[in-house]
Amino acid sequence: MITLEGVTKTYRMGRIEVPALQGIDLHVGQGDFIAIMGASGSGKSTLMNILGCLDVPSSGRYLLDGTDVAKLGDDDLAKIRNRKIGFVFQSFNLIPRTSALHNVEMPLIYAGEGGRTQRAREALGSVGLADRVHHQPTELSGGQQQRAAIARALVTNPAILLADEPTGNLDSASSVEIMRLLSNLNAEQGRTIVLITHEQDIARFAKRVVELRDGRIVRDERTAP
Amino acid sequence: MNLFEALRMAANGLLANRLRSALTMLGILIGVTAVILLVAVGNGASVQINNQVQSLGANVIYVYPSNARGSGGVSQGFGTAQTLTQADVDAINSHQQDPDVVAAIPIAQSGGQITYGNQNYFAPTTGTTTDFPLVRNYQVAAGSFFTADDVNARHRVVVIGQTVVDNLFGATDPIGQTIKINRQSFRVIGVFAQKGGSGLGSQDNVVVAPITTVWAYLTGSRGKVISQIVASASSASTVTQAETEITTILLQRHQISDATLADFQLQSQQDILNQATSIATALTLVLGAIAGISLVVGGIGIMNIMLVTVTERTREIGIRKAIGARRRDILMQFLIEAMVLSGLGGALGIALGALLAKEAPSIAATSSFPTPVVSPSSVVLAFCVSVAIGLFFGIYPANRAARLHPIEALRYE
Repeated sequence: MITLEGVTKTYRMGRIEVPALQGIDLHVGQGDFIAIMGASGSGKSTLMNILGCLDVPSSGRYLLDGTDVAKLGDDDLAKIRNRKIGFVFQSFNLIPRTSALHNVEMPLIYAGEGGRTQRAREALGSVGLADRVHHQPTELSGGQQQRAAIARALVTNPAILLADEPTGNLDSASSVEIMRLLSNLNAEQGRTIVLITHEQDIARFAKRVVELRDGRIVRDERTAP
Repeated sequence: MNLFEALRMAANGLLANRLRSALTMLGILIGVTAVILLVAVGNGASVQINNQVQSLGANVIYVYPSNARGSGGVSQGFGTAQTLTQADVDAINSHQQDPDVVAAIPIAQSGGQITYGNQNYFAPTTGTTTDFPLVRNYQVAAGSFFTADDVNARHRVVVIGQTVVDNLFGATDPIGQTIKINRQSFRVIGVFAQKGGSGLGSQDNVVVAPITTVWAYLTGSRGKVISQIVASASSASTVTQAETEITTILLQRHQISDATLADFQLQSQQDILNQATSIATALTLVLGAIAGISLVVGGIGIMNIMLVTVTERTREIGIRKAIGARRRDILMQFLIEAMVLSGLGGALGIALGALLAKEAPSIAATSSFPTPVVSPSSVVLAFCVSVAIGLFFGIYPANRAARLHPIEALRYE
């Protein structure tokens, strides 16, 4: 599903080169639920951006669903993000003043696919928001907004779901609710999920934990089959 | 992403900030209104001038005395020459060399206070001959025109236009009444049918008398001056030939071999029409250009607001890019927003401009103000230009939005 081979990423800040990732080798199989952990500055956000095709590695190979995306241009990356990746962000990132339904339809609009409203309703239904489709983000609680965001991530039926600190802005009850939802998606629908977090409690929901430090993988441990 | 979705996104974006969108639109609205209205006024003036000149008769040719040149080539001032004579008129009227001329009449002008009872009024008095109604295309509505006898015997008779009747007589029948021009008595023997026209000098504000009478009683010491000869060609299409024929006759009679040294000059109604039309066209262009400046200002307003919008919505752009919007999608979204703003402003401006043009005569409340004429071409042009302005001034902000890097845009607070 996902294969990283010797991926490095170096940022330039003026004259100084800052190595964010220093050779990552990682394989994530179909149906896996992996948590990437690390302190701030460990490179986990950079890894997340590369996994999400928002950024390209400085060197190395990144195979996503059989495609080497390391060398793709902007528009092709946009297409990959649209079709193969579902994002869930810490701050939900729903588009303001736009109904939950329209937010969930958005990826389908960019994909140019039909039956949008029906599919968006189904996605919202699957995260338990069937009765909130016409609510705007400001009319939803944090947990509900994050569930709408998950529906938006799922609606294109992507190869992987990338969740970047999905519970960072939620209270503990909502956090557990969201993590259960992700676990269920993994267990029942076989969704491949990559979770980024720095909280042990949250990482426990995953089946495998990878820990980063200074741009390198220092631990890779399977916690559940 | 299809056009309908793009329009829906643009509408959402614009409705999110209603007041700002409305104010931005107002800039274009005012510009387009100004263009429509001012071009309509220019067109109206053009139509009015055209009608007036046409009402004078399209086949009329005027002959004016020109700078008389001495043998030394000393040019004297325009109008100082008195080079036209009754003999010139007779030669043109002999029809030996000018088959395309119907008739020619001499004109002697005299201004003067006209009184009837305790009413008084000012109108120019025109001295001429019996062919005046034929050449100048006047109809006599009541009474009759003067005869050759009246001319030969210098009878003090006048035929007057409707404006003069209205101002002097009111409801009284003017035929047979005696009026005084410069304290000389004249008997009214006829009234012209109304011709209409205003602005350049009403065709109905006329007093016409035999030229001999005008010479004898009104022009006084200036003597037998002919200020112009008016001739009519057989039709509008023979005006040019008739002009050539008259020029030939007059050059021969005045013994001038070089046409550039002629002591007279010809002007046809067509020449006046052409001049008037070119002036009106220039007027329309100038007015349109002035209005166009406000349209450009409106366009800059759109660009300004679009730049603010793009900055404000940086995060939204980041989200859209993360979920799969390509550069082209973002570019389209903001371009269409700018074009909807300018196009809608343009459409409303056209409606307002057309409404004002329709109401302008009643607002101005003077009959001499030309009725604005909104031409369909100016409407189409104004709309296209306003949409094009949205496109032009929207490209830079939209391109800026499209080029945002998704990670940086998502991080933007």
